[in-house]
Amino acid sequence: MSIDLDKELQSLGDSIFLLRQEIKKGKKELLPELVAKRKKFKELAKKKTQELTAWERVQLARHPKRPHTIDYIQNIFTDFVELHGDRKFGDDPAIIAGFAFFEGIPVAVIGHEKGKDTKEKIKRNFGMPHPEGYRKAIRIMKLAEKFKRPVFTFIDTPGAYPGIGAEERGQSQAIAESIMTMGSLKTPIIATVIGEGGSGGALALGVADRILMLENSIYSVISPEGCAAILFKSQEKAPEAAESLKITAEHLKELGVIDCIVPEPLGGAHLQPKKTYRLVKRALRKALREIINTPIEELVEKRQAKFYSMGRFTEV
Amino acid sequence: MGLKDLIGKFKGQKKLNIEKGEWIKCEKCKTLLYSEDLKKNLKICPHCGYNFRMTAKERVDSLLDEVFSYDLFPKIAPVDVINFKDTKKYKDRLKQAQEKTGLKDAMIIANGKIYDREVVLAVMDFRFMGGSMGSVVGAKFVRGAEFAIEKNIPFIAITASGGARMQESIISLMQMAKTSIAVDRMNKAGILYISVLTDPTMGGVSASFAFLGDIIIAEPESLIGFAGPRVIEQTIKQQLPEGFQRSEFLLEKGQIDMVVDRKHLKRTLYTLIKQTQG
Repeated sequence: MSIDLDKELQSLGDSIFLLRQEIKKGKKELLPELVAKRKKFKELAKKKTQELTAWERVQLARHPKRPHTIDYIQNIFTDFVELHGDRKFGDDPAIIAGFAFFEGIPVAVIGHEKGKDTKEKIKRNFGMPHPEGYRKAIRIMKLAEKFKRPVFTFIDTPGAYPGIGAEERGQSQAIAESIMTMGSLKTPIIATVIGEGGSGGALALGVADRILMLENSIYSVISPEGCAAILFKSQEKAPEAAESLKITAEHLKELGVIDCIVPEPLGGAHLQPKKTYRLVKRALRKALREIINTPIEELVEKRQAKFYSMGRFTEV
Repeated sequence: MGLKDLIGKFKGQKKLNIEKGEWIKCEKCKTLLYSEDLKKNLKICPHCGYNFRMTAKERVDSLLDEVFSYDLFPKIAPVDVINFKDTKKYKDRLKQAQEKTGLKDAMIIANGKIYDREVVLAVMDFRFMGGSMGSVVGAKFVRGAEFAIEKNIPFIAITASGGARMQESIISLMQMAKTSIAVDRMNKAGILYISVLTDPTMGGVSASFAFLGDIIIAEPESLIGFAGPRVIEQTIKQQLPEGFQRSEFLLEKGQIDMVVDRKHLKRTLYTLIKQTQG
């Protein structure tokens, strides 16, 4: 399990740290041990990463210390100005949106935010948006289109919130409109699944020219628990459902749903967040370069053609 | 999840065996009805007005005066994309549903006339795996929309679905994007798109093409929403109010344009077509 993986790697990492301290103090004879331990660390982490089951990746994707949208905004973008409200009903803290600079280029940033501590998690409704969140996202997307700014979205939600108010105010309509808006938005869009890509509530920020996915993130039509309860008749079958649903980055790449897998530091993004930001930044830069010079009409056409081609069926 | 409730409800209805001409009990008022009479009455209970679910073909027959085609794209058939297996193999579930319904999947694209106006109808059939949307529903919806654009005729979707088809996993989720893009293309081409929501219209279908209609009509008392009532109850840990997520509730909340009785649906559609087209 991921928790054990953390512990084992953590203790190895700690002992490497101590060894380095000792060596710095002059104990050069410890050098071979350090080299050996470092090698072991890398091997172990790599092995554990490769051997991760879908369910273990679900745990990593939901890891409480995993970097969230706010962290990416703070560490990859500069001068972020957050904009609030849907101008219709309220402001939904489960979605953050605004303008910022990406390596000097002005861009719009929109993402789900789960929150870190208990208080913030409650404020942000654990990253489960209400219709207002999607309507705010749509508003910022349209501003980005108006000012010809690329849009970066970060996906990290268990799903859109299932509640009375959400239904009364048109959760379905808000999600549908966000999806349709992205489908024809005349500005480049790059979406990155950073943690949990939970169903329609995730796709509402996911219709993009380039779709990236962090190595240990997941993207699914339904949570493994939900699928297990319905199809496997037991919530305890969630690990099995996770396997069956094929929700890992690798599977999604194979299925042609995403364009690129962003590697994570060994053992998961939360173990080395700074390195994670560098890796994500590099992937975003590459994705932006690939599309930024495409004439916008052509880009939208390609985006629509890409989604039109998604689906497998026979026609005999 | 709500889908389970819906399928459970559907299973109950299956026992009625309307095709064979038997006595059946109305779900709502419990009156015994002769199935042939019910069929003649557009499957509306003559006592309490309860709307029984219609098959896709029955729906087409109830709306089109002249049928050019019951399905413009009959060859499109489902495949097991990811080799999905739960308590049953997806392949087996498909086979079962196909045998039971005589359909290849949960949507047909009919073409014909409502009185003198030619239309495309995208009709879902709840009997086919709860009307769930997978690759075939996505593909047919898109083809139907493109056909409407090409012929410059109105497009009407009649939904009945528990949501996205889990057995096609992420591919089914992507059908939400695919169908929404098709609606956008109809918008740009000036095609009238009317969405008729019937019992039930939930999840991935609700949160994509169903709620993107220029005009959204619902049949009386249909369950319509994003999340299933059971999921909501489990989340908020309280009982849902009476009539929550039903057509009349959605009308009151401003989410749909009107609730139209099955008997008046054809006339309503025709009037709307005349008022907006040509």
